[in-house]
Amino acid sequence: MSDTINVTLEVWRQPGAKAQGRFERYEMNGVSTHASFLEMLDGLNEKLINEGKEPIAFEHDCREGICGSCGFVINGQAHGPDRGTTVCQLHMRRFKSGTHLVLEPWRAKAFPVVRDLMVDRTSFDKIQAAGGYNGVNVGNAPDANAILVGKEAAGEAFDAAACIGCGACVAACKNASAMLFTSAKVGHFAMLPQGQPERYRRVARMFDEMEAQGFGACSWTQECEAACPKGISVKWISRGKRDYLKAKLVKDSGQSSDDGFAG
Amino acid sequence: MVLDSKTPTGPLETRWTSHKGHIQLIGPINKRKYHVIVVGTGLAGASAASTLAELGYRVTVVTFHDSPRRAHSVAAQGGINAAKNYQNDGDSVFRLFYDTIKGGDFRARESNVYRLAEVSANIIDQAVAQGVPFAREYGGTLANRTFGGVLVSRTFYARGQTGQQLLYGAVAGLMRQVDTGQVKLLPFKDMLDVITVDGEARGIVMRDLLDGKIEALTGDAVVLATGGYSNAFFLSTNAMKSNVTATWRAHKKGAFFANPCFTQIHPTCIPVHGDLQSKLTLMSESLRNDGRVWVPRKKDDKRAPNDIPDADRYYYLEEKYPTFGNMVPRDVASRNAKYVCDQGMGVGASGYAVYLDFRDAIARLGRQAISAKYGNLFEMYEKIAGEDPYKVPMRIYPAPHYTMGGLWVDYDLMSNMPGLFVLGEANFSDHGANRLGASALMQGLADGYFVIPYTIGPYLSARGPGKGITNDHPEAKKAVQDAVDKTKRLLSLNGKRSVDSFHRAVGMKMLDKCGMSRSAAGLTETIAFIREQRAEFWENVSIIPKDGDTANQELEKAHRVADFLEFNELMCQDALARNESCGGHFREEYQTPEGEAQRDDENYCHVAAWEHRGVGEAPTLHKEPLTFEAVKLSQRSYK
Repeated sequence: MSDTINVTLEVWRQPGAKAQGRFERYEMNGVSTHASFLEMLDGLNEKLINEGKEPIAFEHDCREGICGSCGFVINGQAHGPDRGTTVCQLHMRRFKSGTHLVLEPWRAKAFPVVRDLMVDRTSFDKIQAAGGYNGVNVGNAPDANAILVGKEAAGEAFDAAACIGCGACVAACKNASAMLFTSAKVGHFAMLPQGQPERYRRVARMFDEMEAQGFGACSWTQECEAACPKGISVKWISRGKRDYLKAKLVKDSGQSSDDGFAG
Repeated sequence: MVLDSKTPTGPLETRWTSHKGHIQLIGPINKRKYHVIVVGTGLAGASAASTLAELGYRVTVVTFHDSPRRAHSVAAQGGINAAKNYQNDGDSVFRLFYDTIKGGDFRARESNVYRLAEVSANIIDQAVAQGVPFAREYGGTLANRTFGGVLVSRTFYARGQTGQQLLYGAVAGLMRQVDTGQVKLLPFKDMLDVITVDGEARGIVMRDLLDGKIEALTGDAVVLATGGYSNAFFLSTNAMKSNVTATWRAHKKGAFFANPCFTQIHPTCIPVHGDLQSKLTLMSESLRNDGRVWVPRKKDDKRAPNDIPDADRYYYLEEKYPTFGNMVPRDVASRNAKYVCDQGMGVGASGYAVYLDFRDAIARLGRQAISAKYGNLFEMYEKIAGEDPYKVPMRIYPAPHYTMGGLWVDYDLMSNMPGLFVLGEANFSDHGANRLGASALMQGLADGYFVIPYTIGPYLSARGPGKGITNDHPEAKKAVQDAVDKTKRLLSLNGKRSVDSFHRAVGMKMLDKCGMSRSAAGLTETIAFIREQRAEFWENVSIIPKDGDTANQELEKAHRVADFLEFNELMCQDALARNESCGGHFREEYQTPEGEAQRDDENYCHVAAWEHRGVGEAPTLHKEPLTFEAVKLSQRSYK
């Protein structure tokens, strides 16, 4: 149980948003293979502090792969080499001793670097605040079983709603597009009967806001799906784009009741 | 002083309706004249902020995250209770109320718990309307499952990510109000203090986590929805940033802290792997529906689990509690796991783990059915533990998970400090000495959607609009200066030890002496240790970088750990003062001959609300007696 490995790290260090960044090299020896990747970085930071050096800043919180706080690029891959895994759920048993690891922050115009591996992703919430909800006040809801939703439709809506907003899709995209994030939000609501009244208005506003926030356009390389720790499918992008087109073509887009999406 | 809970009188079933019906209303034109500050964007904070905004109040929401969606409610797995009786199995508001009171070992207020059970059904309706994708049957109706401590199926769920989906529903509602301009959302802001004027809450002091600026935010009322303090133990299932700072600093300004020693140690978590361990991961209690808990009957049995025949397996929960079996409440399940491990029957490298075995359920229902129910949990286990739970039993051990204690609040969820309201896990109100599974999400959302929107009214209308202070008020300026000075002092320390090293040292001691089992001697020893570490912290902590005006994660942590180093002492003092065992508070000196918690209703049937007297000074205890009219106090039995 006491397996340990040695790794070499090259980490992007940048003291502030406007400051010049550079790579720094660190050796970590005797890392337990049962430790998570972030626990390995904790160990490195503890070592740096004890040497009077500045620890590496990185975002993290739940360390269960659900809050979406963590994320950086390891050897060119967002969240590292394992599919469907946030960096906090990546474990050191995945690596051989002597591995060379290059760590960089998400790089996108809409995600400015805050410090080291930490970026500012508040632009995602600007997109959600542009209609990413069902407009229903507390006190108005009918009995929950009055709205029937088939098991498959509910399951599919869940698949889209599982997006944790970590930003890996943006980091993996050569255009730094937020199309997977935005389409997943749009698709979740569009799958459900409760989401129909605002369906076209929502997609039009959210897609336009995405562009306004400085994210790039989608050119369908599908890197986003490969990088997504929650396995969100690019099918949501196809569906979202179809709805967006309809929203822009139909004159009274807010009132359209077309249900082709859910079918 | 006498603590007035302001609980309505009359029949239990009509108290909430009658209370709501007589609340002073504020007209729509006047609501916009009030500014309410909400701290925290978990289930309680997000739901409160959006609902208050829907009513017309001006709301500012503060979170230390970059996004409200990251609040730790997101990590709740199993489900949310509601007395819908959709399964036709005899559930009712009274039954949910009774289960919750009994589950809490008769240390919660009847009126609050009844109200919680009453509004539970509305929460499900609201969540569905928002688009929360709960699990469904093929016919399109909602699905349910069973949780610990109950005999009905009343738990609604969204795979193993119920908290995530409920939070996203609440956050979507919040973003809608941001969209309309009724809510101002301030991310990356850490609350460092409450601003009080003549003993009433008038605002908060917050530090910007990107540029370090410390400033005041003033308003007509402050709502704290800042979660629990399980990270007092260093290792817990809470997120790394979860902390006690907001409630503790409110406490130091005069708000009473109630039942701090009532903490929950969740029975099914992945065991510790080694020295780098930074947190513990919970495996949903729902797994106990199909998983069977056991250890080898023989001590130090080193055989692989699948090589141990049934005759040599000790299914200790099923044997000791035939009625509830593996579904006993959390405190009972945790204590029994510790007991068998202390007896030398534990498994794994450390000997501090028990098996949670799905072999029989897979044989009975098939791998596919188990995967459909728990797929993501099994995947998560495999990622962390490196073993396939479809083939070998999970190894689990209890871990700190939830804190029932919190700031004292009355029936209107207002603390003893006028103008300071406290919701969700941050208050003490509904779970007594032990919380039942799937009740935390219920309480957070009940408080936010259905209680505070009504109960904040009387306070505001009694004060009248336009009575808020500005940032130039001397009290606001003083509170800001105090926070600036404290930050400077932290940065000026040129010590040798990391912030984490203090957190770890004190937390692990707490886990050992103030965790699943406690004794007067252990608690006394721990108080001395905390004091020693606290003194050293203020001389020997090292915070790098030294800049206060940029993102500085070590400085953030230092503020939080400094507060844990004070708060933990109060937790021990509360545990020491409560000379009985109840729920999650197990004092070794007070147990039944069978080793169950032995309550002392004659002397301890009360809420212990502590008043701050200065760091290191003995706090003053105020007791709110608990009276039971609808239920009869009894020794809990799950046999």
